[in-house]
Amino acid sequence: MSRTYLPLWITFSLVLVMFATGASQFEGFASLRVVTNLISDNAFLLVTALGMTLVILSGGIDLSVGSVIALSGVAAALLIGPYQWHPLMAFAVILPCAALFGAGMGALIQYYQLQPFIVTLAGMFLARGVATLLSEESVAIEHPFYDAVAEFGLELPDGGWLGATSLLTIALVLLMLVLTHYSRFGSYVYALGGNSQSAQLMGVPVARTTILLYASSSMLAAMAGIIFSFYTYSGYALAAVGVELDAIAAVVIGGTLLTGGSGFIIGTVLGVLLMGLIQTYINFDGSLSSWWSKIVIGGLLFFFIALQKLLSKKLQNKAGGHA
Amino acid sequence: MTSEATVLNSHHSDQVKADQLKTARQARYSPGQSAHKFSLYLYPLVALALLLLVNVLLDPQFFSLQWQEGRLYGPLIDILNRSAPVALLAIGMSLVIATGGIDLSVGAVMAICGAVCANLLLLGDWSIPAVIGLAVLTGLACGLVNGVMVSYLGIQPIVATLVLMVAGRGVAQLLNQGQIVTFQNPDFAALGSGSFLGLPVPVWLVLLSLLIMQLLLRRTALGLFIEAVGCNAKASRYLGIDDKGIKLSVYLLTGCCAALAGIVATADIQGSDANNAGLWLELDAILAVVIGGAALTGGRFSLPRAVIGVLIIQALSTTIVVSGLPAKFNLLIKALVILLVLMLQSELFRNQLKAVFSFGKAHGGKA
Repeated sequence: MSRTYLPLWITFSLVLVMFATGASQFEGFASLRVVTNLISDNAFLLVTALGMTLVILSGGIDLSVGSVIALSGVAAALLIGPYQWHPLMAFAVILPCAALFGAGMGALIQYYQLQPFIVTLAGMFLARGVATLLSEESVAIEHPFYDAVAEFGLELPDGGWLGATSLLTIALVLLMLVLTHYSRFGSYVYALGGNSQSAQLMGVPVARTTILLYASSSMLAAMAGIIFSFYTYSGYALAAVGVELDAIAAVVIGGTLLTGGSGFIIGTVLGVLLMGLIQTYINFDGSLSSWWSKIVIGGLLFFFIALQKLLSKKLQNKAGGHA
Repeated sequence: MTSEATVLNSHHSDQVKADQLKTARQARYSPGQSAHKFSLYLYPLVALALLLLVNVLLDPQFFSLQWQEGRLYGPLIDILNRSAPVALLAIGMSLVIATGGIDLSVGAVMAICGAVCANLLLLGDWSIPAVIGLAVLTGLACGLVNGVMVSYLGIQPIVATLVLMVAGRGVAQLLNQGQIVTFQNPDFAALGSGSFLGLPVPVWLVLLSLLIMQLLLRRTALGLFIEAVGCNAKASRYLGIDDKGIKLSVYLLTGCCAALAGIVATADIQGSDANNAGLWLELDAILAVVIGGAALTGGRFSLPRAVIGVLIIQALSTTIVVSGLPAKFNLLIKALVILLVLMLQSELFRNQLKAVFSFGKAHGGKA
């Protein structure tokens, strides 16, 4: 087993262990229905986490994604509702705007040498502020297009159902997989995270890459906002508070280093699945009050991170002789 | 050709960087060159002064102070009083950030310590020093959890403290059994709303903590060790500094500060609300530290500048209220002002500003 893929395998086996635990304790846990629900319930988080992976791989961080989800949801709801736009039209305007927003943050980080954490924190306040300004109340969405999308999907055996948003999410995962691991842009991102100075010396277009990567993170977050609006049939300025932290946690559980330069898209997918499984497990249990579920999630988060750390240390020591 | 240009360019930027480092070092360690040190204080202070100026323009009574029942009242005192909890958090956060870490859990720790206070006071047979002592011990325990995870388990600080940020609020809700626990205890409430020598007690608490921490950090080698670990943990280990112990100690200090902030917040409202106590205050504290000029990559800190950063954030909130704008503009204005303050700290932006102004002057002179 290569050392590079070690955290990936560990997270993968933890997902299997979690699933097996649930399946052994609850009837109906081990079904396709649970698996497909896992995807559709976490679709927006997964899409957000994909962009976050890119940013973290480059050694940065993006705290604005939760607010961008809320802003794009509110914007979509307003454009479709009071302004009577077709949803596709609204999406065609919202996604480039989000990309511009991200590019702006990337430009501040790149050209003024400001810290990503703080720039995106300001971006978080800004996006949430604009969303609140647009509407303080939740805006409901009613449109035939939304109903049509809700009915579209793939029927699977065993009660499984892959809806349109799940299919879109899977397509985005595949796209990001290719973009990150098999494209020039992807290798630029890794180079940037490894050492931005060496990257510059090797001729990596650092400025362009940085701006593009924050733009794609914001655009994916806006996409997640749209997916979220299909999920809730509304847009709300206070939606998705704290999702950025869930996304960061998923990326880290997936084995990506916060210092940048090392990690995999598929690890993030596993991280989101693991967090989703924990939530599903708590839902199946049903007896945990809301505060206990918070404590359990925190505890499990710690357990998985610590286990991952210990296992990789142990296995590395074993393999240390010839590596 | 382009690659050659890049190489030359980067050599040039290396040179510039080296020069900057040199001047920074000289300013830091030679008392003769206090000019640079002064300029570190300049931009945060200018920002604060500008905000206060806007307030006076909006409300001519802004600087007025009244003496009533043995204490001062007025908008300025309000700003000081309201910024006390975040100031306490920012003092601890400065140290964590100086080691290159971050503590996202301080808001949740505030909630836990607040819940501990409220529940003990509700039981009735606990003296106030004992309540405060137990709350601080709770804060230290939380700091211990964070510190062990970061320094001895080697978990990245954002993730390590995220654990307690998520779980901590659950623990606080568990202590309160999901209720808002209120208590009647005038002596304890005085910690939040009382006054001493004319100033509110929370302000005294901040001043006292600032003084003690400043003495502890700058009159001993501890501050230097913290900065050394933040610059390069490995190198400082080779120098014989216990880098893990230093990291553990800053998380302990931060837990202690968060406990104090939790006590002040709980005493102020005479109750503990596990859902909302200290919610998102960790972000304000981090922001204050950065506005005060610290780098999140670690290696330096200044407690007074962090407190100035807190005052800027609080003065801004007051300005928005005084200006009479609807509350929905709050976040937007806050974001824009923060961006402006950050841009002012970027040397490139300042040079661009200078260029724009000097161009305007030259142009005006010719015409």
